[in-house]
Amino acid sequence: MAGQSDPHLSLFSPSEVEFVAEDEIVEIVPNIRMEALNMICGDFGPFFPQIPSKVPLWLAVALKRRGKCTIRAPEWMTVERLTQVLDAERESPREFQPLPFHYIEISKLLFDHARDDITDAYLVRSLIEDIRDVRFHKVESGLETISGRTHAVKLKNLSAMEVNIVRPFMVRTLQAFYKHDSPQMIQQADNTGSRSTPVTDRGPRRDLRRR
Amino acid sequence: MSSWEDEDSAAASAAATTDVELLKRAWRNEKAAPEILHFDSALVSRAREQIQLLEETLDDFTDNGVDDLVVSLYQMDLDRTLFLLRSYLRLRLQKIEKYMAHIANSDDLLSRLSQQEQRFAKSCKEIMEKHLEQSVLSKLPYGYDSVTRQSLSSTEDDMVPEPQLDTFVFCKTKSDVGAFQLDDIGEEVVDLVADDLYVLRYKSIKGLVEAGRIDLI
Repeated sequence: MAGQSDPHLSLFSPSEVEFVAEDEIVEIVPNIRMEALNMICGDFGPFFPQIPSKVPLWLAVALKRRGKCTIRAPEWMTVERLTQVLDAERESPREFQPLPFHYIEISKLLFDHARDDITDAYLVRSLIEDIRDVRFHKVESGLETISGRTHAVKLKNLSAMEVNIVRPFMVRTLQAFYKHDSPQMIQQADNTGSRSTPVTDRGPRRDLRRR
Repeated sequence: MSSWEDEDSAAASAAATTDVELLKRAWRNEKAAPEILHFDSALVSRAREQIQLLEETLDDFTDNGVDDLVVSLYQMDLDRTLFLLRSYLRLRLQKIEKYMAHIANSDDLLSRLSQQEQRFAKSCKEIMEKHLEQSVLSKLPYGYDSVTRQSLSSTEDDMVPEPQLDTFVFCKTKSDVGAFQLDDIGEEVVDLVADDLYVLRYKSIKGLVEAGRIDLI
């Protein structure tokens, strides 16, 4: 039958999600003098030693790798803030705490390239991992609540990478329920049922709806 | 006070609407939408111009012995924009290849393609039809030799792949949309609040995507 959606066409790869995250703005402290950069993606600088400046993450990482700056870890990447988030995350089993949309990718890039710029890097990292685990567990248990009556799902504060991971499961589940619950489908089943197919075919479908 | 806020929001919206930002939005929407969306030719030609300009500037830089660091940073900026543009164009070609027969049947869909894409769709369809004709269809019995129909008894084109519009997509609202009706009879209504994330049926929010009020992610 026509219309099977191609799963590969509409999926972002993890590196594509990271690519998008690399445009997030971070603060750097350069140790060199450099003219302003008038780039396609925006104008940044001029840069002076020890004067903080705001640049996209990819630019910050490029400068950092060449030893030209230190990156200031974002406000939310501190032990204190993350401990609060983790506690709140554990206390509310059905809600996600507000975190930057790209918190997973940003923290990964900073850990990979600017580890020495993060205070308590080890602790911060394990806190972020814990937060990820708790949140993902919620996503998984959230999937169980989808039923034939679900026509929309609201996922306040879910992050980009989390969306990307859960997308195939979520879309296929919703689609399967939508397809089998549509009036057309049920009518069709009734019609064919009254004509030739045995009645047993109708049983389970009815049960599903009444639930 | 209010003038300050206005300036702030104006600055924020100006910053958020660089062509790269717009191209990225178009790319993400295109990637997440099951069907082909409108081609923004103005945006693509602006992006092309900027890419060309930067390529020329980079040539000048190397001639004039500008610092390697600066050159490499500009090169990265160029590479990122090139990637976005290429990925966007390829994505559209993939969709056209997949749904060429369906697109060719509809003026509305055809009008969403650029000139080049229309030419591509047309020749792609012709070549595919010719190939199928020569390799398979000409050897099948009468009544079963159509590219678009299973047999003569089919009442509609039942062998034309179509995008599945009632699939579910992840989307983010840009501003408050308010109570939004998802179906025709008003049984399914959601309140779309600014900057929230939803999973909804593409078909019902298609209009919002086209109007740029909601972003697919």
